Amino acid sequence: MQKLQDIAVRVEATDGLPLNHANATPIMHEILHALRKLVAQGEPTTIDLQAIPFGPGDEDDLLDLLGSGEIIVELNSLGSSIIRESAYSGVWIVDHRNADDQRIALHIEIAQVPMIIQSQSEDMADALHRLEDQLNLNRTEIAGPRPE
Amino acid sequence: MSTPTDFLLWVRGPGFDIALVIFILGAIIRLMEVLVLGRKPDYADPRNGELGPGVRTLFTRTLPEPGSFKRSPFTVVGGYVWHVGFLLSLLFFVPHIELFHGILGLRWPGLPSNLVDAAAAVTIVTLIAVLISRLNHPVKRYLSGPEDYLTWLVTFLPMLTGYLAYHRMINPYPLVLGIHILSVELLMVVFPFTKLMHAFTFIIARWYNGAMAGRRGVQS
Amino acid sequence: MADELKRFTQTLGESLRERGVSRRGFLKFCTATASMMALPPSMVPAVAAALEQARRPSVIWLSFQECTGCTESLTRSHSPTVESLIFDHISLDYHHTLQAAAGEAAEAAREAAMQENEGKYLVVVDGSIPLANPGFSTIAGVSNLQMLEETVAGAAAVIAVGTCAAFGGLPHAKPNPTGAVAVSDIVHNKPVVNVSGCPPIPTVITGVLAHFLTFGALPELDALGRPMVFFGQSIHDRCYRRPFYDKGLFAESFDDEGARKGWCLYRLGCKGPMTYNACATTKWNQGTSWPVESGHGCLGCSEPNFWDTGGFYNALSIPESDITRSVGVLAAAGVAVGAAAGVLHRSKRANAAAKHEKVTIDDLDKTS
Repeated sequence: MQKLQDIAVRVEATDGLPLNHANATPIMHEILHALRKLVAQGEPTTIDLQAIPFGPGDEDDLLDLLGSGEIIVELNSLGSSIIRESAYSGVWIVDHRNADDQRIALHIEIAQVPMIIQSQSEDMADALHRLEDQLNLNRTEIAGPRPE
Repeated sequence: MSTPTDFLLWVRGPGFDIALVIFILGAIIRLMEVLVLGRKPDYADPRNGELGPGVRTLFTRTLPEPGSFKRSPFTVVGGYVWHVGFLLSLLFFVPHIELFHGILGLRWPGLPSNLVDAAAAVTIVTLIAVLISRLNHPVKRYLSGPEDYLTWLVTFLPMLTGYLAYHRMINPYPLVLGIHILSVELLMVVFPFTKLMHAFTFIIARWYNGAMAGRRGVQS
Repeated sequence: MADELKRFTQTLGESLRERGVSRRGFLKFCTATASMMALPPSMVPAVAAALEQARRPSVIWLSFQECTGCTESLTRSHSPTVESLIFDHISLDYHHTLQAAAGEAAEAAREAAMQENEGKYLVVVDGSIPLANPGFSTIAGVSNLQMLEETVAGAAAVIAVGTCAAFGGLPHAKPNPTGAVAVSDIVHNKPVVNVSGCPPIPTVITGVLAHFLTFGALPELDALGRPMVFFGQSIHDRCYRRPFYDKGLFAESFDDEGARKGWCLYRLGCKGPMTYNACATTKWNQGTSWPVESGHGCLGCSEPNFWDTGGFYNALSIPESDITRSVGVLAAAGVAVGAAAGVLHRSKRANAAAKHEKVTIDDLDKTS
């Protein structure tokens, strides 16, 4: 039996008429301003696309306009997230998804590197402990238990 | 619980009913009185027909009389500008057309809403200007009485509150829309008892002047 | 018993770390939560700092005179990770639709939760409260009014979910046979948040809970007690079809040419201009669509008395009563009365003409 979530959502368009409502263009201008600020002052900006009143097709339009760059990063934590650089260097598309592959956030981040890709200090501190423990363990195996 | 939505529902419901009854009954009764009272019998032989010249004057009087225009151009032009703007706002704004359709069952094409908005802005400014002129011009001030200022007010308020509602300058929206509709109801209730009746009687007046001219065989 | 205590005192940060979620994963969670609360991305660090310390509030959910649509709306969210984490992290101690327990055991659980968390628990209410006769809606023989008053006494705050709890909703519509009232008509001495909508957008419900979780306080409210962040803008002001309204391009009927081109639905009864909600931006079903995008005008479901606002398919500018029939009758009455008045005036005039005394030159000579 077909479940509700299996029924695909399809946006119908009358022949010859554009699907989008030209709401992608203003966002492109906002991205332009943010990129200018990044280049001139080094200040990053994040735009939350889920707060924007898009019509059907506008979001796809925007993502098409931004295109793809050289880097795709896959983040696996609480579900998979894809962070990719657009065709415009410094403009990143951050797409967070949950364990059921549903989108939970969609941001355009204008920065040299999106904040979430950078290793976090708490995680690095934790990693340091684990690495130290791992190496102590190896030494113990080779040289036998250390005299106290 | 009394909320702005309750206020809006009252003005759109019972409020509008009361105003509409007074408006329609009042206007029609006054018009009927004029028509039934009739004209003084003229026992002279008519030189020409009445209908043609009457209808002609109905349209020719739309243009200002050259003498009046030369003497008080501001009054004439100001009057025209705000009347045209008022009618554009009332009759060609699509939500108003929906209203007329709901009451009369008639519909007609509307104008883009931003054009109507521009016309409304011009109308509001012009109404203020003609009021100032009325207050400053000695003859106009001398001739003006309470009814003149009252009719100005009940005409100005719907334009002002309509503008405020369209631009959502008062929050929440049900409140400002309710105020606008209430101001229109005030206009409707005051209408039959004042000179505002000219909106209907101008047809009779213009026709009568033209008919009399035609009857006497002169240019109407 | 120690485990039980830990369940209540553990912070969100600790609980996530215990599940092996890295700091980066926690940041992803905070990003999604901030987005759900409609906070700007720049606030993510503040959200992270707050959630790190957030403790687990006890929540008691009371369902009164309702259709269960609000609970359905929440649970049909296909358990996205953020919302399920929020719900895992709150202690939903009582929800008689969702819980397995029933009867006296369930009521005992509710009372125990209230006692243990005195002054700190949240009460969530959906459904209106009938006052005409308390017997119209009862749970375990206890009337809604009594249960609400008892439960709210030791609460930190009350969240009225859905238009029924917020404003009375459908039962409150004319003629309101059950005497239904809103939560705020009964609760006066505790903060009440109205999360209206029929039903409310799921993320709006969890957004409010998340706000309480994150900042330990309720969000800023509008004049009707609704969170400004979700209800501060009207549908009309955020609608993607607004350019068509401004240009005067309207659909005349469903599925006509204008409708297919996506023109404004004002003429088809859209109540967008008077409605405040987040549908135009947040949308429904994880951002799939919302009524206007699907071609149906907004019903105004998050506003008080929306059921009585004059018909879902009548434009906002159309008056409520059946005026069209009356106009003809009124006009006819006017003609009749006017004609009668006119006849009266004529006879008055004729009388005056008849009584008019003619003056002769002799009369004039006499007076000089």
